[in-house]
Amino acid sequence: MSSTTNSPTHHTSTIGAIGAPSRRNTELALLVFAVAIPVFAYANVGLAINDQVPSGLLSYGLGLGLLAGVGHLAVRKFAPYADPLLLPLATLLNGLGLVVIWRLDQSKLLQSIKQAGTAAPRQLLYTALGIALFVAVLIFLKDHRVLQRYTYISMVGALFLLLLPLVPGLGQNIYGAKIWISVAGFSIQPGEFAKIVLAIFFAGYLMVKRDALALASRRFMGLYLPRGRDLGPIIVVWMISILILVFETDLGTSLLFFGMFVIMLYVATERTSWIVFGLLMSAAGAVGVASFEPHVQQRVQAWLDPMKEYTLSQQGVIGHSEQAMQALWAFGSGGTLGSGLGQGHSDLIRFAANSDFILATFGEELGLAGIMAILLIYGLIVERGVRTALAARDPFGKLLAIGLSGAFALQVFVVAGGVMGLIPLTGMTMPFLAYGGSSVIANWALVGILIRISDTARRPAPTPASNPDAEMTQVVRPS
Amino acid sequence: MSELTLTVMRLGFLAVLWLFVIVAVQVIRSDLFGTRVTQRGAQRAGRREAAGRPQQAARQAPPPQRQQSGGGRQRRNAPSKLVVTEGTLTGTTVALQAQTISLGRAHDSTIVLDDDYASSRHARIYPDRDGQWIVEDLGSTNGTYLDRTRLTTPTPIPLGAPIRIGKTVIELRK
Repeated sequence: MSSTTNSPTHHTSTIGAIGAPSRRNTELALLVFAVAIPVFAYANVGLAINDQVPSGLLSYGLGLGLLAGVGHLAVRKFAPYADPLLLPLATLLNGLGLVVIWRLDQSKLLQSIKQAGTAAPRQLLYTALGIALFVAVLIFLKDHRVLQRYTYISMVGALFLLLLPLVPGLGQNIYGAKIWISVAGFSIQPGEFAKIVLAIFFAGYLMVKRDALALASRRFMGLYLPRGRDLGPIIVVWMISILILVFETDLGTSLLFFGMFVIMLYVATERTSWIVFGLLMSAAGAVGVASFEPHVQQRVQAWLDPMKEYTLSQQGVIGHSEQAMQALWAFGSGGTLGSGLGQGHSDLIRFAANSDFILATFGEELGLAGIMAILLIYGLIVERGVRTALAARDPFGKLLAIGLSGAFALQVFVVAGGVMGLIPLTGMTMPFLAYGGSSVIANWALVGILIRISDTARRPAPTPASNPDAEMTQVVRPS
Repeated sequence: MSELTLTVMRLGFLAVLWLFVIVAVQVIRSDLFGTRVTQRGAQRAGRREAAGRPQQAARQAPPPQRQQSGGGRQRRNAPSKLVVTEGTLTGTTVALQAQTISLGRAHDSTIVLDDDYASSRHARIYPDRDGQWIVEDLGSTNGTYLDRTRLTTPTPIPLGAPIRIGKTVIELRK
């Protein structure tokens, strides 16, 4: 009975066995750091505003630490080879957001105008829900390729979510944008969740159609012109994003979805012409809609001449807002090193100071140095997402990771650009930093999916399976 | 709170924030895959081999042997692995686990040689009772060489001595 059967324990070769270490301890160390920084910031804000260490320091630090610990244990248990940076980076941003929301809660000015001082505890609750969803994604999504089965269901689901705010009685029109629905006293922004669902649809769809989109094209003036029937889906997505823009007057969401589609299309087909088409189409769409939609027009006006907008609003003209100019002043007064946490006057932005405009508070109190660090942290999250896409072995995982990190990057760009006056302001939230339940929860789910994909991508290759040939050519010797 | 304390805290906070970013970037740097590979060239060649011919030796599960009570495994200078240093399988390593390793072109060999000069059952390497590894030529056509001498009888293998079979050279290493 020699040389006939296979012994599974024998280690034949080290090829491929040199895998990435799991890096969970690195993640833990970074997480401790990422929890300590917001605690430091919290103490700093308390000392600056009230001259004392805030009484909630311990409970706040423990709360954030507990949530981070739960997230870490879930990763350790369910995704042991996942990227070590995603969780600490997201935790740090979430923690800093909580601190600044709490800092704005302390503002007398904001307390006087209905922006009640209870946003921080609510945000902590939303963070807990977000971590819960993050853990749930890790537990129930054992393999991201399962999502591929729901390609077209995702499409329907995303459209459903996007159309929800238009349903009479359910949708809410808050300050000119119809992107919220009201369920049981909570305002939910379905667009944040639609972002993830739509990325699943695009990834599944493009994985099947990318060859047709990439190869069947005519060359014209250095550009590859796709066939008419292949152009169909991009036209449909374009129409949908234009419709969102028209009916929900939400520039940011439509830009986000269309941009995400173009990014994924480019990655799937490697054709630069798609980017050219995408930019042309989004520009045409934006200009076209802006020519007749007053809400969008006003945003563009405020972008072109924020000072005029500010004067109009000071004169009491209805429909104008001082926010854009106040945000610019906040950035300006921050300077290079900032005024110090708790010592700025960004509460002058008044409305939405802790959601859409939260970056202005960071800009004023941490200065250019702080803003750069925060943008770098966003950049690192995106980089880890793209790295995950590079390392992923299956095309669906690649496209999904690229789509999610691309959407994340676009959202950061659209919000930061809007607040800083680079592009017209849109009603979107800074991921993790801004106050808002839907945003925090959806972005934790997004990070959960990225961690799942990166776990699959970085998992060392399994030990080589025994060769079927060897079993077929067994030699049975009488012994 | 004094102005000085607040200034120190403000600058300290920025420093800590940037420290975090720098630490994160350091983690990325040390996170690049494959940093633990020691023999770069050999490893790469071996990987190419494994990718090109999946049915080859790298994937081959070895034939089992009677488990010896492997006395030699505990010795200080006992070799722990067999390394292919030349030939198409360069970079392949096989852990030595008190089992006979067969070499040859036959599909059920532990190391399947893709070598025109090798016989289908060319040689075997096995531990004797003391744990000393022995190489034995199995009547091959072109012979097995230890250093430069053609083997005629089972011979103990010194650590690091090249065993040549056709174009393939293997060594035992610690």
